[in-house]
Amino acid sequence: MNTAPADAGWRFRVPSVIPGFGLTLGFSLAYLTLIILIPLSGLVWRSAALGWTDFWAIAMDRRTVKALEISFGTAIIAAAVNVVFGTIVAWVLVRYRFPGRRIIDAMVDLPFALPTAVAGIALTSLYAPRGWIGSLLEPLGIKVAYSPLGIVVALIFIGLPFVVRTVQPIIEEIDKEVEEAAATLGASRFQTITRVLFPGLAPAIVTGFALAFARGVGEYGSVIFIAGNLPYVSEIAPLLIVIRLEEYDYAAATAIATIMLALSFVMLLVINLIQAWSRKRYG
Amino acid sequence: MDVRVANVRKEFDRFPALHDVSLDIRSGELIALLGPSGSGKTTLLRLIAGLETPTRGAIYFGDEDASHRTIQERNVGFVFQHYALFRHMTVADNIGFGLKVRPGATRPPKVEIRKRARELLDLVQLSGLEDRYPAQLSGGQRQRVALARAMAIEPKVLLLDEPFGALDAQVRRELRRWLRDIHDATGHTTVFVTHDQEEALELADRVVVMSQGRIEQVGTADEVYDTPNSPFVYGFIGDSSSVPVKIEAGQVWIDERPIGLSVPAASNGDATLYFRPHDVELLDGCSGCIAGTVVASRRVAGTRRVELEFGGHQQRVEIELPVEHPAAQKSRVAFRPRRWKIFPQEA
Ligand SMILES: Nc1ncnc2c1ncn2[C@@H]1O[C@H](COP(=O)(O)OP(=O)(O)OP(=O)(O)O)[C@@H](O)[C@H]1O
Ligand SMILES: [Mg+2]
Repeated sequence: MNTAPADAGWRFRVPSVIPGFGLTLGFSLAYLTLIILIPLSGLVWRSAALGWTDFWAIAMDRRTVKALEISFGTAIIAAAVNVVFGTIVAWVLVRYRFPGRRIIDAMVDLPFALPTAVAGIALTSLYAPRGWIGSLLEPLGIKVAYSPLGIVVALIFIGLPFVVRTVQPIIEEIDKEVEEAAATLGASRFQTITRVLFPGLAPAIVTGFALAFARGVGEYGSVIFIAGNLPYVSEIAPLLIVIRLEEYDYAAATAIATIMLALSFVMLLVINLIQAWSRKRYG
Repeated sequence: MDVRVANVRKEFDRFPALHDVSLDIRSGELIALLGPSGSGKTTLLRLIAGLETPTRGAIYFGDEDASHRTIQERNVGFVFQHYALFRHMTVADNIGFGLKVRPGATRPPKVEIRKRARELLDLVQLSGLEDRYPAQLSGGQRQRVALARAMAIEPKVLLLDEPFGALDAQVRRELRRWLRDIHDATGHTTVFVTHDQEEALELADRVVVMSQGRIEQVGTADEVYDTPNSPFVYGFIGDSSSVPVKIEAGQVWIDERPIGLSVPAASNGDATLYFRPHDVELLDGCSGCIAGTVVASRRVAGTRRVELEFGGHQQRVEIELPVEHPAAQKSRVAFRPRRWKIFPQEA
């Protein structure tokens, strides 16, 4: 989704000289239809069968609203945290040479590979009131496991590689001379980073944010272990969907799913438009 | 601002890129660093800017040792070979950057910065492009933006690394003249790097010829062209021909025959004779000359270049003849260099 051509205008780009534009576009559309569009429209179709008033009732149900708030709220917070620390990690990995760099580099990918339930269980045992970290935080009155904070922690874990791996190649590409130019013009290191380097990284950071956020909204496996899943407090929307399914309330499940879908789509679309706008300017 | 490079050595991981280089640059001078690829031109320029630190030796700005100053404090304008413009900033923002990052007290107000950017754009003949992004400019235009950006901070020294390297011959010539004009108008001390000797000789007050991490010669265009002080400079600047010779009894000999050039008697031994192919005297008879048969001939602009084969070892040498000279294939030509130089054989 983030690699789609970023032309915001309502016209096709003039096809490039690379042949096969028609063919590849046709293939892409067919493929996306099959893999994404048909299943998702099935979802919308099911919930449309519900009728507007019923749909609205489910959507406005306090438990649904709360679950959606928690899902989107924690995903945004986690993605924001990841953007900051993921960018720093990427910077350190690219810019500094230190023993163990390769190991850390490889470690970044672990959240990709680990079954999410394993991650959830591991994090829970760490952050539970009797866990290593939880027992340290307990006296400070900070409760991580079985609270929304726990959800954020799990989503940070899950989302980190998305930010690191999108920002890293862009940092690698930074032209050393651009930094040197800024220095000769009198910019301090801090000014160089904030005014010259950061704006260059921004599109990648936004992409990383979008990916981490999207992953966070849909995350299920790791969260349900650490969240405690108290309705109205730490119950995420995907879990609510599963609960509704287990109650054979398919209509409610699809309705919640449709709302999630719509919200996610709108947010990702906005992010993409920002990207397109920035790319148009900076080429 | 005078710049003095004093006995500077620069190593990269034990590899010496510059050996003991010294150079005095006078205030307001336009200096060209000329030399083949890998000779250390960029390294020297970067050392002056403070982008590298010397392994040994020091660089003085005026009387002050510049090593104690950071890059930011040196106040040099550096124009990079590939421009290094800030992609996400407009042309005006690029040019104004150096003023915008100044600390509060010395930072001009926004309108002032904008005005200065516009003036500089006029100077580099790009008026009206202030709201473009670098991606929307041609190579030559980017080059000029890079120069305007460097000049915005009113640098004491302007350093340019192959400023016209990536441009076609036509644009190069134009920008060359224009750089000279700007230099004369602003009076910055300017050092530029180039591969192109024509550019260096035409533009610079003095040319610094470099080779293999050493300065071979420093001088005006006339000096380096007319009195090269090393075989390298002879070969590198302008066309040259060379012939292995022997020095004996104050005479220059080729194959046991004197060729009519006298040298100080002290320098006996094997040597090489250098001269300019066009700077020769054609002779009829031959008592003391180089005589050979024409083996190849080609027309170069207003003259004819011929290759002569001479002596028992079938050595070859190139000279220039007037186009109307009757010499054809196999005909014999005798000549003597008018201006020449002998360098002893390198050990
Ligand atoms: N950062 C570096 N690390 C290691 N070696 C370097 C570095 N920079 C330059 N060198 C070496 O120093 C020597 C001089 O390089 P320099 O870039 O100054 O050459 P130059 O005269 O500018 O050449 P060109 O005309 O090709 O730009 C080269 O042999 C190069 O390989
Ligand atoms: Mg160079």
